[in-house]
Amino acid sequence: MHLSMPKPETEILRNREELIRRLREIVPVENVIDEQTDLRAYECDALTMYHQLPLVVVLPETVDQVSKIMALASELNVKIVPRGAGTSLSGGSLPLEDGILLGMSKFDRILETDFANRCVRVQPGVTNLEITRAVEHKGFYYAPDPSSQIACSIGGNVGENAGGVHCLKYGLTTNNLLGLEIVLMDGSVLQIGGKHLDSDLYDVMGLMTGSEGLLGVITEVTVRILPKPETARALLLGFSSIERGADCVAAIIAGGIIPGGLEMMDHLAVNAAEDFQSCGYPRDVEALIICELDGTASEVDDLTMRVSQIAREKGADVIRASENDEQRLQFWAGRKNAFPAVGAIGPDYMCMDGTIPRNQLGPVLASIRKMSEKYGLRCANVFHAGDGNLHPLILYDANRPGDVEKAEAFGADILRLCVDVGGVLTGEHGVGVEKRDLMPAMFSETDLKQQQRVKCAFDPKHRLNPGKVFPTLHRCAELGKMHVHRGKLPFPDLPRF
Amino acid sequence: MNIFSPSTEEETGEVVRAALAGEQTLDIIGGGTRSGLGRPSSADIAVSTRGLSGVRFYEPAELVLAAGAGTPLVTINEMLDEQQQELAFEPVDHAVLYGGSPQSGTLGGLIAVNASGPRRIKAGAARDHLLGFRAINGRGEVFKSGGRVMKNVTGYDMCKLMAGSHGTFGILSEITLKVLPRAETEQTVVLVGLDDGEAVEVMTTVSGTGYEVSGFAHIPATGEGFSSPVPASLSDHAVTALRLEGPERPVQVRRRELVEFLAGPGRQIETVDHGPSRELWTGIRDVLPMSGQEDQVWRISTAPTKGALLVRDLVREEVPVTYHYYDRAGGLIWLAVAPAADAHADVVRRLVDRHGGHATLVRAADDVRARVPVFHPQSPALAALTKRLRESFDPHLILNRGRIRSDL
Repeated sequence: MHLSMPKPETEILRNREELIRRLREIVPVENVIDEQTDLRAYECDALTMYHQLPLVVVLPETVDQVSKIMALASELNVKIVPRGAGTSLSGGSLPLEDGILLGMSKFDRILETDFANRCVRVQPGVTNLEITRAVEHKGFYYAPDPSSQIACSIGGNVGENAGGVHCLKYGLTTNNLLGLEIVLMDGSVLQIGGKHLDSDLYDVMGLMTGSEGLLGVITEVTVRILPKPETARALLLGFSSIERGADCVAAIIAGGIIPGGLEMMDHLAVNAAEDFQSCGYPRDVEALIICELDGTASEVDDLTMRVSQIAREKGADVIRASENDEQRLQFWAGRKNAFPAVGAIGPDYMCMDGTIPRNQLGPVLASIRKMSEKYGLRCANVFHAGDGNLHPLILYDANRPGDVEKAEAFGADILRLCVDVGGVLTGEHGVGVEKRDLMPAMFSETDLKQQQRVKCAFDPKHRLNPGKVFPTLHRCAELGKMHVHRGKLPFPDLPRF
Repeated sequence: MNIFSPSTEEETGEVVRAALAGEQTLDIIGGGTRSGLGRPSSADIAVSTRGLSGVRFYEPAELVLAAGAGTPLVTINEMLDEQQQELAFEPVDHAVLYGGSPQSGTLGGLIAVNASGPRRIKAGAARDHLLGFRAINGRGEVFKSGGRVMKNVTGYDMCKLMAGSHGTFGILSEITLKVLPRAETEQTVVLVGLDDGEAVEVMTTVSGTGYEVSGFAHIPATGEGFSSPVPASLSDHAVTALRLEGPERPVQVRRRELVEFLAGPGRQIETVDHGPSRELWTGIRDVLPMSGQEDQVWRISTAPTKGALLVRDLVREEVPVTYHYYDRAGGLIWLAVAPAADAHADVVRRLVDRHGGHATLVRAADDVRARVPVFHPQSPALAALTKRLRESFDPHLILNRGRIRSDL
């Protein structure tokens, strides 16, 4: 592991027994996990490259317990790392040696379904897919659909602002929320939003979404649900080069069409998916696009015609439309299982998550190919092409000396390239610990300090999930300092009215 | 009052630092169309964003544009129109409500108030389309957040914070927005003569179907002194309007199906075609009914099913409601009341708290807005967080001081 985390505070390590005793006064005894063997289950999230045993794990069951745990941690000056289902791909819930791991798995109830107002109120430990399952009998669904939707929790989705294949048309988590209940580091409980749209003042809900567990602990979420489109059809479009595929993606969007999903996979990913589970993909293409069109039947017919026409003009070798829902889901199965499929040809893989302007897809993929040769590591590419979100999967062997370092360097090169062409480090997986040290590639010192001042408004002592997102931890007192040249600065000589 | 008009971020930063040094407060002015929104100000100096204008780039195929915060919205709209694109959140033109010159608002202004229109329910508000920004904070530092791509979770989502911050976090200098293809055509299906309760029930029912309605409004017949956005032939009646947008043929199909779905004994259903439909929704967006008159106006956001109940309770408690209409299937109420020194704030807010949501006093005389909290009072914990957030950007509270709250 080549990651430096905040130095464990010896005072906290020394007082571990006292902390455990106090925690057991707040939650049932068995909800405090302190045995080494039991702590193992929490040592990492889905970024398995990094692991660390937490100081102690606590599993609260009520908001009141969360509030008391936070207040206790503040009193004893102990750090807290919140964790949902542990599916973060960026190490967002990587434990700290001197920190409490706050597991939200017992918050697993759906509290209210309100079809007339098109919303569902849930506890944060409910999985993404459970929300859709709870409303689909009435023809509704929850739109954001990260590939891990069967396991990932809605609280974690809010923490990371999770996306998925449908966010091109239906938005990310942040565009599908109505309300949150959060607990701050001092134990105060805040209700943000409700069943109505938008705050009339600061959008605290929008800020919380994607804040990676650094600002508060989410204890309740109200999401918007959507009526299922009448019809959905998936098109497979195969191309003899990545560039042609990328051109086709750009042409679809430029043609005024916003598909329900617009994904692309390269040759290696297509064949890995097909090996993993046969889903009807053509194996001899360099790029495969999956384009999902949804809406009313007449609209979908209309769009199918237009997209097929564009694909033909862009030289598609394969154009295949799903004939029924079963086949549509089969087309998607390969894409949804692309990560484990690539994992199977591994032995290990590292998943990147940069986003770039769509018109840079071709050149960036060409550069990734060159990097792949330079590092001697294979790289399969899966992307949310419609919104320019790349998922290069770097294949390596953790048991081969030097491979991990090479994979990390390869990954960092890809992300720096993304930023250079006008993109960003992470589209949906979060910064966590994984991209933390690359933040200066995208942000100036001033930018990062302003973000950290926002953090100070929530957590002035950096007790909540420290070591994530920000490469350097500045003390809040230092960040708040201001040198004003009192009465000395003249106004600039500007036009005045 | 001195109004400075910097043309660069550096100059803007200099003005802020000089104001800090001189212990002076500073108002931010764009097109001036939204100055009636928020508490009245009495700053020492002002900064106009007009010099921070101009389109930086517009890439229609990438669905993205960036422009200076002082760029007039009308410039942006004309440019997008040529490429059959638009800002999908339908920014409200506040000049209609406040009586300024129409279409003089700036890009920065619409972000500062998190503007949105009837399509909010489907396409989101300004917050959902702001991809990135550059701004000068209350320390005089230039900072940025976000980017130009559609998906970005790198660092805190400060775009959400800036949208709707009423200039209390920084002076926006550059704004990057997502743009979307404009619908080929639109048609509005209208039910005539429903009462508020029936209308909300119809609207919330249809919002749970697959007809993809992009606007749900209920407009009771307007009395004397209130303008109607509804085509003249229908303006004597209450009108429940459901908007369909898209390519010509699918819109026709959906309209036919929706009319069939809504049909029932005694129901009068009409269709409003493209041109008049656009006028109708522009009027709903810009609060046309309350333009050109003097009543106080509340904007109430609540759960759609609570809309009609809330208005019923307001009337029961003898709030002198002179006119009201609903957008967002009942979830947004525009409420005109006979002017009063307290704008009936206590009753309005007590009832809004009971049903859930928030009430903003969007139009009232300066002295009323100075006395009555314009924005919905927050719980002590949230109010304290609001203050800390404000100070994290502007520790001396020099930007738009007093605009959102008397102590901020």
